[in-house]
Amino acid sequence: MAKRVGMEVAIAVAEAVGQCNIDMAAVYPITPQSHIGEHLSDLVADGRIDAEFVTVESEHSAISAVIGASGTGARVYTATSSQGLMLMHEILPIASAMRLPIVMGIANRAVSGPLNILNDHSDIIPQRDSGWISIFVENGQEAIDVSIQAFKIAEHKDVNLPVCVNIDGFQLTHMVEPLEFPDQALVDKFLPPRVPYATLHPDKPLTMGAFAMSDYFTEIMKAKDEALKNSKKTILAVWDEWAQMFGRVYKPVETYKAEGAEILVVTMGSMGETAEIAIDELRAAGVAVGLVKLRLWRPFPFAEIRELLTKAKKVLVTDRAVSFGGPGGPVCGEIKAALYHEASRPAIYNYIIGLGGRDVPVTDFIAMVSKVAGEDAAKVVDTYEFLGVREQ
Amino acid sequence: MTKRMGPDPWQEITTGCVVLRPGSASEYHTGSWRAQRPVWNNQKCIKCGICYVFCPEGCVAQTEDGYFKADMDYCKGCGICAHECWPRAIAMVEEG
Repeated sequence: MAKRVGMEVAIAVAEAVGQCNIDMAAVYPITPQSHIGEHLSDLVADGRIDAEFVTVESEHSAISAVIGASGTGARVYTATSSQGLMLMHEILPIASAMRLPIVMGIANRAVSGPLNILNDHSDIIPQRDSGWISIFVENGQEAIDVSIQAFKIAEHKDVNLPVCVNIDGFQLTHMVEPLEFPDQALVDKFLPPRVPYATLHPDKPLTMGAFAMSDYFTEIMKAKDEALKNSKKTILAVWDEWAQMFGRVYKPVETYKAEGAEILVVTMGSMGETAEIAIDELRAAGVAVGLVKLRLWRPFPFAEIRELLTKAKKVLVTDRAVSFGGPGGPVCGEIKAALYHEASRPAIYNYIIGLGGRDVPVTDFIAMVSKVAGEDAAKVVDTYEFLGVREQ
Repeated sequence: MTKRMGPDPWQEITTGCVVLRPGSASEYHTGSWRAQRPVWNNQKCIKCGICYVFCPEGCVAQTEDGYFKADMDYCKGCGICAHECWPRAIAMVEEG
């Protein structure tokens, strides 16, 4: 058993990536991601890992550089936040269309404007349809574990897709937590060297990223969609292997006291731990409430969500981003889509919470559940509400 | 639309759409896009080669007699050669 150390989570993510035998990284600094890139560059400069750290002039260049390096067969990593991710936006679908197993850490942060450096999910949500596998972590240990798992998932011969690891900015990245690093020998066993499906090499010329018009484009998009959906099998297998080797179990959707719950609360990311405390207090007060935590954002775990949520009478979905002029929260929109064809559906309540770093304490979760549990709850069905917004 | 040159079903799309055979771009005849074709008047041509230099497609080549012509498999009919030809030896003529 590896010993526990106290460490800032962003530093720990860089340490974990350093355990993955990467060949190259390109990271541009941006709060609250910067400590990941800074520490990774330290690891390279201090000779602790044998990799190239490319100092780029923007995030657009960072993602482009890792695409080029990945095309040569290298194991690559990048990380960003907020505006940096928005600047990468143009390139993200190219990485997935080229089926390059890039791993990216995202220290989730609100996008401007107004300028705000604190945590919500408005940076990753606009990247939803870029064809990347997208995983959310809830604490520092998960950030370490998933950062390592991500390489194995991305590089698997049945996947070959980029993976982003969503780590709530500040709430997670800047916390000092007790963390356990897996033994290097075990990581090496878990994560064998990458075997690329093709590489850029002068001795064996081929074309990556070729032009395709209407005669091919639909088939290529279909192949990409199937690849992303099909990746779930590998994700589950990798998580099984991780559980056997390291003892920590990962699932696409986690539950907490969900058994027999009439009301199920849904969270994604670090809010899950706050919600657990609220569930404990509510259960102690006799409220039949449980928690469902979404870990896998893409591919979306439709089967698991259907199985869990159809058992409840009411579902309270929390969202950390807004689909302006749309259905409310993006997570809630997916959940409604997942349940639409079910004969028996729960009533769904959607709260937009924690925007731009606004604190959501245990008492807020208790207040939301209490409102949904109340008699007048029917009034807010199929609508959404900004939790705690100041009114006139 | 040019003739389809690869697999039909989506299942046969290579991973990442990698094209494993080099040089296959030459099989895509961009000349099918052309609405106008360049026609050289060698009476006016001074063999300066400015058409060869400016052709964005790289499809203008010098012939054995020193004059120039375009490879119609790839000439898109953009007219840059005619625009740049200062002795006005190239005319753009409607196709068809």
